Amino acid sequence: MTIAADAPVRGPDRDDGPAIETHGLVKHFGTTRAVDGVDLLIPRGGVHGFLGPNGAGKTTTIRVLATLIRPDAGTARVFGHDVVHEADAVRARVSLTGQFASLDEDLTGDENLRLLARLLGYPRAEGRARAEQVLDAFGLTEAAGKQVKKYSGGMRRRIDIAASIVVRPDLIFLDEPTTGLDPRSRNQVWEVVRALVRGGTTVLLTTQYLDEADQLADRISVIDTGTVVAEGSPGELKASVGTGSLHVRVRRPEQRAAARDLLQRVLGVEVHEQGDPAGLVATVADAGPVARALTALEDAQIGLAQYALGQPSLDEVFLALTGHATGTAPAQEDQA
Amino acid sequence: MTAVQTPATGTWVPDTAAVHEALVAGARPKPQGPLAASATFGWRTLLRIKHVPEQLFDVTAFPVMMTLIFTLLFGGALAGTVDAYIQFFLPGILVQSILMITMYTGVALNTDIEKGVFDRIRSLPVWRPSALVGALLGDVLRFTLASAVIITLGMLLGFRPDGGALGVLAAVGLLLVFAFALGWIWTFLALRLRTPNAVMGWSMLVITPLTFGSNIFVDPSTMPGWLQAFVDVNPVSHLVTAVRGLMHGEAAGGDVLMVFAWAALLVAVLGPLTMRRYGNRD
Repeated sequence: MTIAADAPVRGPDRDDGPAIETHGLVKHFGTTRAVDGVDLLIPRGGVHGFLGPNGAGKTTTIRVLATLIRPDAGTARVFGHDVVHEADAVRARVSLTGQFASLDEDLTGDENLRLLARLLGYPRAEGRARAEQVLDAFGLTEAAGKQVKKYSGGMRRRIDIAASIVVRPDLIFLDEPTTGLDPRSRNQVWEVVRALVRGGTTVLLTTQYLDEADQLADRISVIDTGTVVAEGSPGELKASVGTGSLHVRVRRPEQRAAARDLLQRVLGVEVHEQGDPAGLVATVADAGPVARALTALEDAQIGLAQYALGQPSLDEVFLALTGHATGTAPAQEDQA
Repeated sequence: MTAVQTPATGTWVPDTAAVHEALVAGARPKPQGPLAASATFGWRTLLRIKHVPEQLFDVTAFPVMMTLIFTLLFGGALAGTVDAYIQFFLPGILVQSILMITMYTGVALNTDIEKGVFDRIRSLPVWRPSALVGALLGDVLRFTLASAVIITLGMLLGFRPDGGALGVLAAVGLLLVFAFALGWIWTFLALRLRTPNAVMGWSMLVITPLTFGSNIFVDPSTMPGWLQAFVDVNPVSHLVTAVRGLMHGEAAGGDVLMVFAWAALLVAVLGPLTMRRYGNRD
């Protein structure tokens, strides 16, 4: 992404620095260290994923970055501005969505947007026009006069995002933007996120869905118990676990035991039987021995219905990094 | 470029070009200054009245009930005749009613916190107190409305202010100034406590002694000495004396000054305390 390069100069206080930079960020509530030494360096442009279960510290970190709470220790800068000492400069550049910041449900979508437009400096008539434009872009023109509490789940996510771009943000915090949405609405939100990135906005996305992070994020920080346990592109994260998975299905289930013994001998690793009576799976360090193993099976007259060697899924990566699955804290906080 | 929408099914095909266009078309004007932002937040309070008119019911029904109960039920016993009592009582019940309904400011703020609107507002690059100042200013409209209802009802029951329309307006104006200042107690409580119900409970605990321990209902000369001492320093007593004086065209300069002093003190002490809490609420 070459966003920073062609971003227009705005105002006299042109700011520098990466989108987000934190050092040793700590925030505790009582005796709980919700954020326990988070270091982040997030460049401008693109989508950065925050991946982790509920209670991992994602939300607290973002609340610090958005100037809603002050850190107990460490520093955080957004576009070079300190979140404590230059909070106004930070607030002028970031937008929050979802559980981070809600709209007034008793007001209509149009009123909410006009209110924000006015506060953010649009004169009355321009503010009204801007609200109309944004509502139209998100397909909410017909719902503009309805109270936000009467919106459907998908519309609610859209008005949330719409409200966050009344003034173009440099950085937008998207909080689990697709939790609870059906696959179609999910794709819609993903399309919108990609459009935001094309428009030059850096997106920080929290999610519990690995495929969402895989689909959207350029880089991912895996957060667990208040610290960043891993960081990298989805591909790097998968590679960092250092293994691939070999999945094999024998043609005749009665040959599975023999196949398993043979594979264990050639690969030198544990081979597990799967629920499928013909299936076997092994975690392998590299692809070299796999070819030999497959040849050995052929020589032993064990026919294969199917085999596949793939990267581990992000789910497997998450499990390897944190010792527990992402599903440990399921996404049941439905805000719809 | 318009996004395609079929509202019946909720199906929406995102027109990413339109989203992109809307995004890059977003100018970045200079955010509103403190006064303009406060006015905008006041506008929000008015919009909320438009959408949730029920909140006006509390504001009008309760004062009407209180006025009727005290005037008709106790008026004769307390002052000989209903007519004599209402001349004394109406300014007092006006003060009590308005001060009671200031509590809703705190409840509304706590609801905002609960629903997450508060965090959206706090993340905006505007003068931070403007959200609270604006809410309190918007509420002044509710107080004005309630005042009009109570005074009209009083006139129907025989209230005749000697100070004339001007005196009544001055009295209501003074009352609104004090109500605005008192509102900071509730916003402070709203930021300290967890639920709207807790805010309501604590507010009642504060407001009940303030209003009943005053000269609203009866002349304090019949009260025990320690209570008289409290009534004497209670700012609500000064407010009631000032409002009575203005409405009936009697000199009340000293009490008016005391009311302004109390209002200034409340804002000066609770304003910064509230804002400190506002800036760093977990």
